[in-house]
Amino acid sequence: MNIIITISITAFIVLYAGLFKANKALLPLTVVGLLTALGFTFCAWGGNAVHFGMMQTDNFALAFSGVCIVGTLLIFLLTQNYFHAKSDNIAEYYTLILFALAGMIMMVSYKNMAMLFVGLEIMSVSLYILAGIRKKDFASNEASLKYFLMGAFSTGFLLFGITLIYGATGSFDLDKIQAYLVNNSTSVSPIFYPGVILMMIGLCFKIGAAPFHFWTPDVYEGAPSLITTFMSTVVKTAGFAAFLRLFAGPLEPLHEFWVMPLIVIVCLTLFIGNVTALFQKNFKRMLAYSSISHAGYLLFSLIVITKNSGNNVLVYAAAYTFASIIAFAVLILVKQKTGSDSFESFNGLGKKNPLVALCLTVAMLSLAGIPLTAGFIGKYLMFLNVMTQYKILLVAFAILNALVGFYYYFRVIVAMWFKDGSETVLSTPAQYKVVLLVSVAITLVLGICPAIILNLI
Amino acid sequence: MEQLLLLIFLPLAGAIITAFAGKSAKIVSTVFSVVSLGLALFIACNFIPNASTQFEANLPWIADLGINFHAGIDGISMLVVLLTNLLIPIIILSSYKHDYKNQAAFYALILFMQTGLLLVFTALDAFLFYIGWEAALIPIYFICAFWGGKDRVRINMKFFVYTIAGSLFMLMGIIYLYLQNPAHNFEISAFYALNLDAAQQGWIFWAFFIAFAIKMPVFPFHTWQPDTYTAAPTQGTMLLSGIMLKMGIYGVIRWLLPIVPAGVQDWSCVAIGLSIIGIVYASLIAFTQKDAKRLVAYSSIGHVGLISAGIFALNQQGMQGAMVQMLSHGINVVGLFFVLDIIISRVKTNKIEELGGIAKAAPQLAITFLIIVLGTVALPGTNGFIGEFLLLMGVYNVGIWAAAIAGLTIIFGAVYMLRMYQNVMLGKTNELTITFSDIQGSEKFVLYLICALIIVLGVYPKPLLHLTEASVQHLLEQVNQKLTSVK
Repeated sequence: MNIIITISITAFIVLYAGLFKANKALLPLTVVGLLTALGFTFCAWGGNAVHFGMMQTDNFALAFSGVCIVGTLLIFLLTQNYFHAKSDNIAEYYTLILFALAGMIMMVSYKNMAMLFVGLEIMSVSLYILAGIRKKDFASNEASLKYFLMGAFSTGFLLFGITLIYGATGSFDLDKIQAYLVNNSTSVSPIFYPGVILMMIGLCFKIGAAPFHFWTPDVYEGAPSLITTFMSTVVKTAGFAAFLRLFAGPLEPLHEFWVMPLIVIVCLTLFIGNVTALFQKNFKRMLAYSSISHAGYLLFSLIVITKNSGNNVLVYAAAYTFASIIAFAVLILVKQKTGSDSFESFNGLGKKNPLVALCLTVAMLSLAGIPLTAGFIGKYLMFLNVMTQYKILLVAFAILNALVGFYYYFRVIVAMWFKDGSETVLSTPAQYKVVLLVSVAITLVLGICPAIILNLI
Repeated sequence: MEQLLLLIFLPLAGAIITAFAGKSAKIVSTVFSVVSLGLALFIACNFIPNASTQFEANLPWIADLGINFHAGIDGISMLVVLLTNLLIPIIILSSYKHDYKNQAAFYALILFMQTGLLLVFTALDAFLFYIGWEAALIPIYFICAFWGGKDRVRINMKFFVYTIAGSLFMLMGIIYLYLQNPAHNFEISAFYALNLDAAQQGWIFWAFFIAFAIKMPVFPFHTWQPDTYTAAPTQGTMLLSGIMLKMGIYGVIRWLLPIVPAGVQDWSCVAIGLSIIGIVYASLIAFTQKDAKRLVAYSSIGHVGLISAGIFALNQQGMQGAMVQMLSHGINVVGLFFVLDIIISRVKTNKIEELGGIAKAAPQLAITFLIIVLGTVALPGTNGFIGEFLLLMGVYNVGIWAAAIAGLTIIFGAVYMLRMYQNVMLGKTNELTITFSDIQGSEKFVLYLICALIIVLGVYPKPLLHLTEASVQHLLEQVNQKLTSVK
């Protein structure tokens, strides 16, 4: 509760600071606010407080809140000069991102489906605006409109699903829904089932799983890069946490019913994400499609639900988030210099900026899932999870997809190290260096001694 | 325990220091590799040649997932560890005449790879084995793709995707074994003790075998190999053919045979068949090669085919032969590639027909090259002979026809190798080779060392055989015991 309050108050303060043109104070204020929120997250660790029957800050919620806050913090550190060059309304960026974060904290800690909906909407509405914040830019407007239409559509699905489940159980409360399923395991109301499917569709829209992924590439490409970073990392993590909280929790008794459609979604997501990413010429678009494929791996945790499912998602999401932040940070630097985000613009980066190139290499290795990086541990846990029920064909399919993934992630590495490019050296501001090194450190530490994060939840 | 940890992580420390050593990277990396060799020799001297695992290190790593840092050395490991630590300094020395750009990174990657290789060769925990397996792949990919020759990016991408495809399926097999293991850990002894039925053994055999077959490579998984060997910088080729290829052979011996013996027995005909096809096929292609480096690459496929056939024969002779031949092949192939590197760097061509008469200009090179070639074609009195003889004996016990066809490798090998030698070293000198300068300095040292090893191990192979004998016997007993208990 404290976390949400802190973040919201910070958002308002930042908005007022913007009103008085205190542009220099925006970043420090935000950072202080987020660090305070992070402090509250640590303080609440181990507790299991229920707030007004609406939210429950258990370790699951706190761990995901922590990842979201740290991810947001790193993204804020990348804002230096970024927003200033894009728009006059800098404070709005900060405020909207903070509001979205507040929504996400609700999404990861809801105990009542109303809170899921409220959190999701707070987050989504902020993101609609953020995607279109470059109001004179055509692509940005397109991204915003597409995202809004698709988002509104998916919210409709979600809401309809919630309604049907409410109709069957008479409650929005997760515990009561679970109790209903346990008590009526043989006579679940027939309207409950479509409710589950509709909610699944709604949430799949939000996390960008195929075949509900069509908005992702255009929106990711059109939105300002930093917003794309935010959407494809922190937002996605929160979306998964929300997904997991519902499906691995109260809806778990119906696992047999919803696992088949889920497996179809997973296979489609992996295949479409990877194969389309393979044919992209644009780094940013490639990241967008690869984020679809990562959604597929993440959904593995729901195919077989064990007590570790939550933790597996946490590890994978953390690995993915920090590697993506590196990738986007370097992309922003490259784009500032060359004006393009195609693969060619990375040519020769290894010679000019070895440190930056090394960071991006670690990120790509992590996204591809090479051992000793966090990404490998994440993938390993997902495969292990599914293998516990000996779904060997599914794992073999995922392995084939992972191979495709190696191919396109290595294209960047090849461009950076083995191709010659222009001689212009990128200027890396100190804050970027901090973000890159922190993210690389997290990626390697999680890859070499993942024990520190394995038993959190 | 401390010795083993030092052995594994000394090269890693060396890699980190070398990466920041700038211009003196050559010296720093040489020092580290020589110290590592000394350490390996020290361990070998203190090694008691029986079947037990020695210098064992067992530390918890990721306890929640049942993963331990468990490594140790038995006779089989000892041999490949010695090979690795012997070849790395040779490989580094062989690069002394080259001036690679970014040389700090180059030498750091070699030392980093050494740690990965040593992990593979000492791991007693399947997860650790897998980590080492991949940790050896990443540096060699960068070595070959950064310092390689024409078309290196595409070729190495193929190599990389090929090998990692194999290893991911192996990972799937490892996870499966882990789940079958009631103790839920990756201990090799627990994997040995598993009771798997024939169907399970069958598919796990393939999950592992494909990974190992790609690494060796066994026909038809070899298509990445000739291109990669040719396009890589010489040191990369040496690492690939001298040491990395042994990862596959070692994997078969350590992980495949004892864990799924029934699967091996069911499929050994196929494995031996593929190996023998590979021998004939690679030899025939080697005949037609105009490029000396490619010729050696194909000859390597042939030699490895014989080793893998000998292992899948599942008897003492075949296995012991594989052991000796692993070491001999490593030394010989590194020698061959080094000689070719010397020639190519002087005359700037690797076309066999453009060369000739080098022997006159460079008698010392001619002698050393001849000894290496004779070692490769398994002349009695050289190290190649002992291994190939034992291997053929092992294969003979399976079937006389198999041995007859596999024996072709020796005849074919002699033909194409000697013909290459003849065309390159003998005959008339031409304008390319007339100014050829003989070997000197580090080249001389490395080649004399290699020749000495070839002859010493050929005349007196007993310590080598003694080193591995007990472990090999123990391993085969384990396999046979498990086979009879299944029936």
